[in-house]
Amino acid sequence: MKIKNILKGAVFGVFAVSGAAHAADVTLNALFMAQAAYSEDDIRNMTADFKAANPGVDVNVELVPYEALHDKIVLSQSANGYDVVLYDVIWPAEFAQYKLLDDVTDRIDDKTRKAVLSGAWTTVEYDGKYYGMPWIADTKFLFYNKDMLKKAGFDHPPATWEELETQAKAIKDKGIVDYPLVWSWSQSEAAICDYTTILSGMGGQFLDADGKPAFNTGGGLKALQYMVGTINDGVTNPNSREYAEEDVRRVFSSGQAAFALNWGYMYNLANDPAESQVAGNVGIVPAPGEAGVSKASAVNGSMGLGIPTKSTHKEEAWKYIQFLTSQKVQNKYAKLSLPVWEASYSNPDVIKGQEPFVNAAKTSFAVMAPRPTMASYQEASAVLQEALQNAMLGTATPTDALNNAAKTIADLQ
Amino acid sequence: MISYRKTVTAWLLLTPMIVIILGVSGYPLIKTVYYSLTGAKLIAPDLTDAWIGFGNYIRALSSSNFREAIWHTTYFAVISVGVEMIIGVMVALLLNEVFVGRTLLRAMLILPLALPTVVNAMMWRLIYNPDFGALNALLVQLGMLDAYRSWLGDPATALDMVIVADVWKNFPLVALIALAALQTVPKDLYEAATLDGAGMWNRFWRITLPAILGPLSVALVLRTIEAFKVFDIIYVMTRGGPASSTKTVSFYVYQEAFAYMRVGSGASYALIVVLISACLIAGYMYLIRKHGEA
Repeated sequence: MKIKNILKGAVFGVFAVSGAAHAADVTLNALFMAQAAYSEDDIRNMTADFKAANPGVDVNVELVPYEALHDKIVLSQSANGYDVVLYDVIWPAEFAQYKLLDDVTDRIDDKTRKAVLSGAWTTVEYDGKYYGMPWIADTKFLFYNKDMLKKAGFDHPPATWEELETQAKAIKDKGIVDYPLVWSWSQSEAAICDYTTILSGMGGQFLDADGKPAFNTGGGLKALQYMVGTINDGVTNPNSREYAEEDVRRVFSSGQAAFALNWGYMYNLANDPAESQVAGNVGIVPAPGEAGVSKASAVNGSMGLGIPTKSTHKEEAWKYIQFLTSQKVQNKYAKLSLPVWEASYSNPDVIKGQEPFVNAAKTSFAVMAPRPTMASYQEASAVLQEALQNAMLGTATPTDALNNAAKTIADLQ
Repeated sequence: MISYRKTVTAWLLLTPMIVIILGVSGYPLIKTVYYSLTGAKLIAPDLTDAWIGFGNYIRALSSSNFREAIWHTTYFAVISVGVEMIIGVMVALLLNEVFVGRTLLRAMLILPLALPTVVNAMMWRLIYNPDFGALNALLVQLGMLDAYRSWLGDPATALDMVIVADVWKNFPLVALIALAALQTVPKDLYEAATLDGAGMWNRFWRITLPAILGPLSVALVLRTIEAFKVFDIIYVMTRGGPASSTKTVSFYVYQEAFAYMRVGSGASYALIVVLISACLIAGYMYLIRKHGEA
């Protein structure tokens, strides 16, 4: 009898406590990535500012590697886990098909629609509907070590992919560095982003007008041949085949490479003496183009914030998203990720101290190429990742590897 | 004769347990078998579970990628368990000898086992790092390697390197079981054998090995099942790369079900893996029984 009463009391107690907590507070669970763009510190500081401005709303911030982000969002759907999620430009088609994210078209006013970069909107838009707010506007830039270029006798960074290889060869021949080029070519989405960048500059197409794979012809094939060529010529660091973005930053920042292709966040980190041995020597330009085809290359690597359909705190979640994506907050934290707002690019506070970064972004953002919009993108990407690896490791020719991948992806559709 | 009342009481007492077991493993198992015969998707599986019979299985078995994943898994299981057994028994024999510091070494044996797999995988990734890894430094300084090289980025070595990491973590389990078994071997057997002129090698094959074979087969079965469903160490160390050379069946199932959201086909792959595991276990059980009778 006694035990029963104690149990009863305990159960009521728990209910009372949790009930009180619900009445006073809302706790949002937010999912971010710890890789490129905003740092963990940035995200936590922004969140602290939001909490200070919104008493009664608490936010649990969770950071995962990019590679785990997609699966986390999908799996949390059945557990009703998150109220705000960061997602990549390549997922809205799939998320829309499975109704994973809330359609927030009605929440976005005309003023906002016009003030945000059009390339950033493609991140959250699918089939004429908006599934969140763009937050990270990003693409791959070409970083170069000014000292090494000067030593090799070059007074300007390369403007074409061909020139990049010529300069890299000269730098290697003069013994300035063993492997002048470093990329993120591991079997991951990072490799697809590098490949897409080169493909776009060489005039390639992922899918043709009928939506059939076309990357195995023209610019797409030339892009992979170029990548494999730089490995065979010894100008690309062979370990690139197992590198992700942070490895690229480490190699470049320790002065072991003259050129690197990476996201914008590397500019201020590679110029930070606490993080880099080449601080002050880092140049940034748009990724090169191809003579007669393009002036610059870029891939749309933007990301957005959305509200999962299962969230029970949608109003608060939207408030949090509005706060994070607001011009004021984005301008304040513009060192690792540039704002999505057009006006920010003429704001002296944003530009100050990172003029080359902002200038490169202006050119690159105008030519950002999308990765294909398809519901089975995750699988298509995995197939292509394997094809790139096979070609880069020499187990298949670029032609065979891409033809195989094109056939498999056509079967998926 | 067991009384009727005793039987009823036994079943009554067992009922809660049976209900729980049926709930947490019976129901999911049946559901998995059902899904494997449908085209169910991860999101809203009960709305997308159109019956497609054995379509998933036919697709699975005709997929060259899946067959390759089975081969990777078999290679991983055979080599890693084999090496773990050999090293485990050798270490157990050493630690069974009497010498100063034995207790300390026995305690240290537990360390790799106590390490979470993810931590172990991260640690070995650092050791294998192509730019500053300890393995490269060691081999280059010993003059066995000319220059730093990539271990996990080369399809020719990646899977072997993961196996080394797995062996390091798991051989202590075999060693512990073998060590425990060694304590039960009567000392006078060795004395008698020595008197009869049996050498060290002979004593091992004729006394030690038969005595510890039973417990050792338990370790063998446990480790094989574990090795066959290997996932976490692969996920952390290589994510299936390079060029999918370390993609094992569990990783394949994970991708199919959770990244590509095809629960139905993922379930069929998973059940094929279970079937292979079951065959292996049945084989071992048969061997153990046969040995017991002999």
